[in-house]
Amino acid sequence: MPAPDRDGRGGTACIDAPITGRIIGFVDHLRLNGFKVGPAETQAALKMIDQIGPLDLSRTRQSLKTLLAGRHEEWQRFDDHFEAYWFTRGRQRTGHSTAQTNPRPGNKRPSLWSDHFEGADLGAAADQGIGSGSTSQSDRKSAARIVASGQSNLKQTDLRHIADPHEIAEAERLAYRLAAAMRYRLSRRYKAARSGSKLDLRRTIRRNIQYGGEPLILVHRARPDRPVRIVVLLDVSGSMKLYSRFFLQFVRGLVSQWIDTDAYLFHTKLVRVSDALREKDAIKAMTQLALMADGFGGGTRLGESLKMFNDHHAKRALNSRTIFMILSDGYETGAPEGMAVELKRLKKRVRRIVWLNPVLGWRDYEPITKAMALALPLIDHFCAANTLEQLAAIENDIARL
Amino acid sequence: MDTLQDIKDRLAAVHYITDDTLATALQLALMLGRPLLLEGEAGVGKTEIAKALATILETRLIRLQCYEGLDASAAIYEWNYQRQLLAIKASEHENISAAKIETHIFSEDYLLRRPLLEAISQDKAPVLLIDEIDRADEEFEAYLLEILSDFQITVPELGTITAKTIPIVVLTSNSTRELSDALRRRCLYAYIEFPDPERELAIILGRMPDIEEKLALQVARFVRELRREDLDKVPGIAETLDWAAALMGLNIKDLGNDPALIQSSLICLLKTEADAKAVTPEVTGRLIGQAA
Repeated sequence: MPAPDRDGRGGTACIDAPITGRIIGFVDHLRLNGFKVGPAETQAALKMIDQIGPLDLSRTRQSLKTLLAGRHEEWQRFDDHFEAYWFTRGRQRTGHSTAQTNPRPGNKRPSLWSDHFEGADLGAAADQGIGSGSTSQSDRKSAARIVASGQSNLKQTDLRHIADPHEIAEAERLAYRLAAAMRYRLSRRYKAARSGSKLDLRRTIRRNIQYGGEPLILVHRARPDRPVRIVVLLDVSGSMKLYSRFFLQFVRGLVSQWIDTDAYLFHTKLVRVSDALREKDAIKAMTQLALMADGFGGGTRLGESLKMFNDHHAKRALNSRTIFMILSDGYETGAPEGMAVELKRLKKRVRRIVWLNPVLGWRDYEPITKAMALALPLIDHFCAANTLEQLAAIENDIARL
Repeated sequence: MDTLQDIKDRLAAVHYITDDTLATALQLALMLGRPLLLEGEAGVGKTEIAKALATILETRLIRLQCYEGLDASAAIYEWNYQRQLLAIKASEHENISAAKIETHIFSEDYLLRRPLLEAISQDKAPVLLIDEIDRADEEFEAYLLEILSDFQITVPELGTITAKTIPIVVLTSNSTRELSDALRRRCLYAYIEFPDPERELAIILGRMPDIEEKLALQVARFVRELRREDLDKVPGIAETLDWAAALMGLNIKDLGNDPALIQSSLICLLKTEADAKAVTPEVTGRLIGQAA
């Protein structure tokens, strides 16, 4: 990320200002570059510098790295940021005086975003981009059919027939709410299903002291079921164009409401989007998605995307309580055998594979593509998802883990 | 325990060969009294470092192995229910008031100390190893946060127990799940890579004084090359040591000598069927060529 390194804020403090100011500036610099550091870290860094005294450069860098990096990616990127802050900037600004005002940028956004805020409609543009084509390509006739339809109608309409912008927005909202509601009901269901299989000795004794320790009242306990983990792979290739924007909202709902989820988009390659979808700042989120979505609407390389998932994400993202959800129409442009191999690998790691296929809901559709035929035996639940109602129906499948 | 070199030397004396990165992290952890979070592939020696640290500091190592479903009663404390029941029974005929019995059976005598409580009630600061924290649930992580920042534990029946000494905390994670930012921010962080051949050579020589240096060097280089292959399970340092021991047991002096025997000894390094199949005799031959 070279851009945020030169985000043009006053680098003057980097030459002559006392070390305190420079350290503060450095922590700021890291924060702007996505490090999870706050005032506490600044304080710790200052304290540390104070304690270890002057050291040679590499030791100081190593110490700051240990203190300020918190995860592997940060660990890897740290050295670059360190160089960028302490060297490049300093050289550029040699001629300036230090008597300027506080160089701290506060909460200023990194310059990466600055273009996007001038015309604040970028978020909207990106939003449009995700489902682009759905409006233009849908026929007017079907749009006319669902004019003035209520929510219940909307739920049963094939999503590709929804064309009116208001209805699109409404359907997106529904998809989002659906995911949220599923989460709520599921978590309550688990609680209600509890039955005490073990004695809670602690409470039993506590309760029975009044009877002289004779255990008359037994208190039970059960380990509450943790909700399942859901990992979603959403196909955003060209053939899914008419559906992906609704599914994206559905996935966003799942990711932001379900405690344990992970979401990926794929077309010809695979991108992890969980963090972008969780981003509360809507403009930021949409910008991130738009950057990632580079390649939306291309062909589908399902096999390769699955391989990439298996190779790079599976170990961390999956456990034995995982439901793996694929939202795709199964039109594979790569080799169909590859997909079956990867699905087999995947199946060993997860509890259940659910495949939601929007075209399955079409009246005359049979899963006849070769890829689909090879994949079918490996899929636990293969269901249609071309209307919101069908999307809602998968809740039962998830609940029956 | 002042300079970096000092730490490295003392660790080397207990056969833990470390690099500047890790030594700096350890030095800071000791100096600032903050927990140290170690990440890295399985088998790079994350757990070993805590053991080595305890040895050079001449203190106890208290280990908490995390697993899914780990709860407070297994990690912090539990009441000794059997003894409590006995005590209640024994005092049945002595006409003691219920309240008195209650205070008696909820005293420290009846408390079973699990690793975390044990760690904060030592006279000499121990090394507390919280192993594979990523396997524990988020709830437990949250609980741990409280203990790691305050070093005190509240037992409802007994009150708050504050730490006699602040333990040196080492956490390890294999990144099977994301740890919370809050936990990461409490800790110093170091990512441990597989050692370079020189360091691995030093490790082999340190652990196996009888091995010939030439073979040890070949082993270290071979394993380095093997780790670059596309494997499911990359061999760790323990595997290297196993293999070196096996080669010595098989009386092999040079990796180039007996290809068939070397190939069969690879079971020490390759732990999955897919990997065993992927490393064919040809691949082995190529790797030996690179290592020589």
